[in-house]
Amino acid sequence: MSDALARFLIGGLVVSAFATVGGLFKPVSFAGLFGAAPSVALATLALAISKDGKGFAGTECRSMMAGAAGLCLYCILVSQLLGRFRLSALTATLSAMPLWFLSAFGLWRIFLR
Amino acid sequence: MTIQVDPSGLKQTKWHEYALRFVAGGIITVVAGVIARKWGPGIGGLFLAFPAIFPASATLIEKHERQRKQAKGLHGAERGTDAAAIDALGAAMGSVGLVAFAGICWWLIPRYPAPLALGGATVAWLLVAFSVWTIRQRRRRLF
Repeated sequence: MSDALARFLIGGLVVSAFATVGGLFKPVSFAGLFGAAPSVALATLALAISKDGKGFAGTECRSMMAGAAGLCLYCILVSQLLGRFRLSALTATLSAMPLWFLSAFGLWRIFLR
Repeated sequence: MTIQVDPSGLKQTKWHEYALRFVAGGIITVVAGVIARKWGPGIGGLFLAFPAIFPASATLIEKHERQRKQAKGLHGAERGTDAAAIDALGAAMGSVGLVAFAGICWWLIPRYPAPLALGGATVAWLLVAFSVWTIRQRRRRLF
């Protein structure tokens, strides 16, 4: 329980910090870089190294490369759904979610498993 | 295009919007930990780059831009969607940096102390993301 609470608090703080820093900058395309900041990764890896060891955290990082490549494809699709098809932000971000699952798990299975 | 620090965007964000980001960030960090414990670090690692807070962030950007433009008597809905699209493109460029972050962490973590490995990889994320953004800006100017 205390582990979950620590994860929740650290994750929430790091994510909020990066989102706040991103909100400080203009133009919007530069601020957008912070939408893909390693916030969840920093919180999780710091805890994983201390609790589960460096080998466990290293394996997580290796898989994260596939997840991050999936995030790149996901963001490109969201941008297209908004810019070309004029969907609302909520509809575009949620309807593109299957692409993240397909690409992240697909890349992991092909190259990293 | 020059990068500017403009705190006015932060003033537009309400406390419940900060809380929403905090809760979403906290939940995905807990979920990523649970997945790694149940299915192993191979699957759990994928979720370190899951777009958990992206829908909330994009919706807030769309809403804030719409309100800002409507206050000036402009077509707010169109501008809001455009801002969210540009932000998503920025995040795509940031994701390239995130691939570098993960690769560098994978290499550094077994060799160096955790703060050095995570700090170094975060600097690499910023450098790669900024480089991709700069290259795109220059290409847009040329073509």
